[in-house]
Amino acid sequence: MSNSIELAGVTHRFAATTAAALENVSAAIPAGCITGLVGPDGAGKTTLMRLMAGLLRPSAGTLTVGGVNPVAAGDELRAMLGYMPQKFGLYEDLTVQENLDLYADLRGVLGAQRTASFTRLLSFTDLAAFTERPAGKLSGGMKQKLGLACVLLGRPKILLLDEPSVGVDPISRRELWRMVTALTADGLSVVWSTSYLDEAERCSHILLMNAGRLAYAGPPGALAARMAGRSLQVAAITGNRRAVLVRALHAREVMDGVIQGSRVRIVLREAGVAPALAPLEAGPDARLEVVAPRLEDAFIDILGGGPGGDSALAEVMPRVTVDPAIARTVIHADSLTKRFGTFTAADHVTFEVPQGEIFGLLGPNGAGKSTTFKMLCGLLVPTAGAASVMGIDLRRHAARARQRLGYMSQKFSLYGNLTVSQNLNFFAGIYGLDGATRAAKIREMVDTFALGPYVEVTPDALSLGFKQRLALACALMHDPAVLFLDEPTSGVDPVTRREFWAHINGVVQKGVTVMVTTHFMDEAEYCDRIGLVYRGQLIAVGAPDELKRDAASAEVPDPSMEEAFIALVERHDTEAPAVAA
Amino acid sequence: MSRSPSVSWRRLAALCRKESYQIVRDPSSIVIAFALPVILLMIFGYGVNLDAARVRIGVLNEDSGPDAALFAAALGASPYFEPHPSTSRAELTDWLIAGRIRGIVILPSDFGARLARPGSTAPLELIADGAEPNTASFVAAYVGGAWQSWARQRALDKGVAVAPPIDLIARYWFNPAALSRNFIVPGSIAIIMTIIGALLTSLVIAREWERGTMEALLSTPVTRTELLLSKILPYYVLGILSMLICLAIAVFIFGVPFRGSLALLILFTSLFLGSALGLGLLLSTVMRNQFNAAQAALNAAFLPAMMLSGFVYEIASMPAPIRAVTYIIPARYFISALQTLFQAGFVGRILLEDFLFLVVSAAFFLGLTALQTRRRLD
Repeated sequence: MSNSIELAGVTHRFAATTAAALENVSAAIPAGCITGLVGPDGAGKTTLMRLMAGLLRPSAGTLTVGGVNPVAAGDELRAMLGYMPQKFGLYEDLTVQENLDLYADLRGVLGAQRTASFTRLLSFTDLAAFTERPAGKLSGGMKQKLGLACVLLGRPKILLLDEPSVGVDPISRRELWRMVTALTADGLSVVWSTSYLDEAERCSHILLMNAGRLAYAGPPGALAARMAGRSLQVAAITGNRRAVLVRALHAREVMDGVIQGSRVRIVLREAGVAPALAPLEAGPDARLEVVAPRLEDAFIDILGGGPGGDSALAEVMPRVTVDPAIARTVIHADSLTKRFGTFTAADHVTFEVPQGEIFGLLGPNGAGKSTTFKMLCGLLVPTAGAASVMGIDLRRHAARARQRLGYMSQKFSLYGNLTVSQNLNFFAGIYGLDGATRAAKIREMVDTFALGPYVEVTPDALSLGFKQRLALACALMHDPAVLFLDEPTSGVDPVTRREFWAHINGVVQKGVTVMVTTHFMDEAEYCDRIGLVYRGQLIAVGAPDELKRDAASAEVPDPSMEEAFIALVERHDTEAPAVAA
Repeated sequence: MSRSPSVSWRRLAALCRKESYQIVRDPSSIVIAFALPVILLMIFGYGVNLDAARVRIGVLNEDSGPDAALFAAALGASPYFEPHPSTSRAELTDWLIAGRIRGIVILPSDFGARLARPGSTAPLELIADGAEPNTASFVAAYVGGAWQSWARQRALDKGVAVAPPIDLIARYWFNPAALSRNFIVPGSIAIIMTIIGALLTSLVIAREWERGTMEALLSTPVTRTELLLSKILPYYVLGILSMLICLAIAVFIFGVPFRGSLALLILFTSLFLGSALGLGLLLSTVMRNQFNAAQAALNAAFLPAMMLSGFVYEIASMPAPIRAVTYIIPARYFISALQTLFQAGFVGRILLEDFLFLVVSAAFFLGLTALQTRRRLD
């Protein structure tokens, strides 16, 4: 197998003074298969993609793409390259056909070849019925397919896809994967960048990136194989599995661990050297089972192991007491409905969350998670139905309810040009803390999250992990009883994600109720219960393991969360056929 | 570096078609190109009127004699004033502070006595609202004028010989009625072309960056020239269409005379659009962010066109350093050309100078944009 792309000592910095976005990356990308460019946000994936597409000139090192230098031989490169940037590069106010026409003209696909290409790509992408629809009105999955069709015009030999599965539902994601796999059968070389490690496991070759450096290059299986015998799970736990996880992470033999539905998954420092089961206090039936290692286990190993399970936050948080009358329904959504014009973003969503539970809303972008979420935080007024938090009706007393809840969004909602201490002061002020109380609380947060050295620094200058700590500190300033987390760890490296969840597990132990939205299947496993949101409706609610069991079939006896999601959505669609939009 | 021809007509046509679809389907560009000119012309044509109409003044007559009453009546007869008589100084002061009147004319109790004394100065007191300097000086000048003509008339009536004052007959050329509308409406076309040229285009390249489509375009065989032309041509056509609408409104609704040739008007508009489009695209290319680019376009194009072009403020009366700055404002030359074409028709020397400066400025801004447009992101 020959190589389609070769990288030798590639370094890129955007300004002479800043840290390198890419540092001395050398690797070969084989032809005729899908190569995953894998890593968290900020790892340098997009920079590398742009270098390969000839859109950036490397600061040092050389690249060869399809045998040519992408900058010097730009015309030759563009004749054989298809590049789909993030957001798919579509013109939203042009129709599907007009987008195709534009790119066909630009790539010189004319005459009989043009008609044939359109027919082939429209049937390949299932978009033939939507040619007159503006691209902006397509679903995420359809946009993604149209973006792919546009880059496939002119039959490229090398395809660069920058995070093609972001914001796309699992069904479309699976479909896109099938389509791209079919293309490689014709000899196409594909580079697929992603921050999802489960996606990376399916690639035939990966470049694993972290902080601008190449952490691993090769087949994903070989990387996971390094971890053989080191991945275990504690099954059949009776009692509190979060406490079991903390105890397991205290064991010297354990490098890393996460909640996996009703089980606890651990990674050993050394194959075969497992911790004793008794000190984990996992109950009489508990047992340790060896499971197949994952890419994420290997990534954590490369990053130097997990962060441990202790949360300094949990030690300082006061225990939350809740009136027993509402302890079963700390968060209550009753037939919540939100319409924007003719579009129903949330359709009769009903669920209850008891005290001390982590409840997740799982669904693709645009499914209605955020709308539901905002109604529960009192940020959106429902069209119909009722919502309450801690027994307080959000329709009547939104401000009072907000005083009892903490909110942290994906973008952290920090003020980038205020310093860390100014941010803390501001949020303390918002929640009505003043005088000695405010000073004491801020000192406590700074100590707890080890923000001491950074109080005079602006958040923009902080690493992602510290930004996340600061955002969490700001959201917890007023000791809320309920914590709302909106996509808290998407695009974050696994070590930072584990640290975050250690804090969340800690505050839950203190009686805080947590509600989280995510499109991240792994994150869903950390929840006690999840609700699957699809096209504005809550199509299933249950513990992760219950949902997986429910979705199990003869073909897939032990589905992953993603497979369970797909199965439940498909079942929902056949039972209640959706009206074609 | 590039071996392919710099312009493929097929690709250029495809890009222009795309740009036109976007213009037509984006309500905001239609509003900026067609609704905004109409609104602005209405505001400039009807609202901004530099001719002062009847000014409200307060009149306090403290003298009970016949002369004072006659002068107060003369003020009322003036086409420039709308006098509001009062007997209380305090009341008038309140009115002035409240802005209900713009000045106070006080006829003191010794008005008649001082008038009778030969060689004395006008026995008048005038308080004007200095918060509005233009109106204040207007009030001062016209009260003074009213006083002089009244005093002269009175002297004549009494048979006293006075030296006849200079008889000034003013004749305004090109704008015989001295209507500021005839001056404002053509000038506002330059403002509108600035908005379309700079503001609208400041958004378009930044929008492609923000939406990620620029990266997709750059990975196709599109050349730099094609990319640039596809942004210039559709907005140029839009600008010319908008100019023609402005012309029609100016001539048919406001009755502003158009004495020049349409071909020259289109030529000058094209040159000016060259500068404005160039500036807008330059900002858009450099900023890559719609909000910043629009802010910059407002400050770099719209405000100078408004303040430093001679549209509102007379360039000749600006301080020398500011006057020097106006020489690099393209709108200055376009406004000069517009006013010449509308009001005078053809003045070769002025138009030639405007033409040369506009050519240089269009070449400068378009050239700079071309230099800044790269085929790469860095």
